[in-house]
Amino acid sequence: MNEQKWNELPEGVIVPEGGNSQDVYIVEGWRTFKPVVNLEKCTHCMTCWVMCPDNAVNVKGGKMLGFDYLACKGCGVCAEVCPVKVIEMVKEER
Amino acid sequence: MKVALETNQLIALAMKQIEPHVVAAYPITPSTEVVQEFSQYVANGDVKTEFVPVESEHSAMSACLAASLSGARVMTATASQGLAFMWEMLHIAAASRAPIVTIVANRALSAPINIHGDHADAMGARDTGWLQLWAETAQEAYDNTIQAIKIAEDPRVRFPMLVNYDGFTTSHAVETVEILEDEQVRSFLGAAPKPKYSLLDTENPASFGVLALQDYYMEFRRAQAEAYKNVKDVVLEVAEDYAKLTGRKYGILEEYKLDDADVVLVAMNSAAGTAKETVDLLRKQGKKVGVLKIRLFRPFPVEEIRCALGNAKSVVVMDRAYTYGGPSGPLFEEIATALVNEKNKPLLGNVIAGLGGRDITMEDIEHVFDLGFKALEKGNFEPLVSWVGVRE
Repeated sequence: MNEQKWNELPEGVIVPEGGNSQDVYIVEGWRTFKPVVNLEKCTHCMTCWVMCPDNAVNVKGGKMLGFDYLACKGCGVCAEVCPVKVIEMVKEER
Repeated sequence: MKVALETNQLIALAMKQIEPHVVAAYPITPSTEVVQEFSQYVANGDVKTEFVPVESEHSAMSACLAASLSGARVMTATASQGLAFMWEMLHIAAASRAPIVTIVANRALSAPINIHGDHADAMGARDTGWLQLWAETAQEAYDNTIQAIKIAEDPRVRFPMLVNYDGFTTSHAVETVEILEDEQVRSFLGAAPKPKYSLLDTENPASFGVLALQDYYMEFRRAQAEAYKNVKDVVLEVAEDYAKLTGRKYGILEEYKLDDADVVLVAMNSAAGTAKETVDLLRKQGKKVGVLKIRLFRPFPVEEIRCALGNAKSVVVMDRAYTYGGPSGPLFEEIATALVNEKNKPLLGNVIAGLGGRDITMEDIEHVFDLGFKALEKGNFEPLVSWVGVRE
């Protein structure tokens, strides 16, 4: 990460672009359990994408593709809200 | 045009002339009438301002902050406990570079409950990062209010600003003052400069009020600290433009008979007027005395103070607030810091006077100058801090 000096920051307490914390704050180490999706049974209803508090569900063209494991803290909300129960929380082994 | 108005009414009139986009306020003595009169202008359709009558000062400053970050011209008014209740939002407004102008009719803090003139409220806000202008008279309060908008919003500044004047002594006094026409005020101020990023600008989205931990917090704060260096130049530029419009010229400080003064009293707000009157009296008795009045307290004008006190032999700083458990009053601490490494510094002493609205009389001021002369005889102020006008 390229750390800015004080005189390189924008004025005020702002970050002048959106969604950039994913590149800065890597949280994969926070997880005890990680979500694993069975894409064969997934209905692509997008409930997990809506509910994920960390924008860690990868989606393209209306399809659920899996998880961004650098951004996922392993909170388990996606598994809880999945209406067809195809997301399983699997213990991390480190 | 001349009008005779109570200062609070006059400031409400100034706000009508400024016509901010948003005013969010909660009334508190002794600044109540500013909000009360302004809300009447809103109700009567004299201004198009969005007036937000909130449930507390904390909410008032929160609403002002969001409005200001969206690029609006924003004002509010408060005092004492109200300013204290805004405290955490004051820090956020300054660090977020939200140029809100807040009118403060300075009043004592509780306990005991007291509604009268005292500088404890604004002095309590001195580390929040807000700019501060102070006014001796109704005329200065009016002129400072208009200039504060232009200073705060200047792209080289973009900090919030307090406009101070003494509760009751000034806020409820009727003075004849010279005011501008509405049109003159509006053309002097122009439109509020558009900030580079604003909350409602969906074309250029930005995250506001972000989290910055060990890796970035210090850089944000260092950048903020540096930004105050531009402020003095802008204050003087705005004063220059205002003088062209009105003939009334303001500086960073007001120096009264300092050139040959041996003993100098440093004062703020209404007591400076009493002090100048006392100087005239003592000068007739051949005493070489003078007054230094602080107009711009934040950012603290270190160089100007060194220069203004350069010829003095003995300086008494009068604080209308105290730093409880600290070494002295707050203004004294800062003046002493400004002079600490100067080679030929004057003797320095501190008096605490006028707390909770106690009158600061000409006799009190004479006594204060006496302390300054006695220090010259003895070679030092002993004690460093004296309370004046208190029964003992």
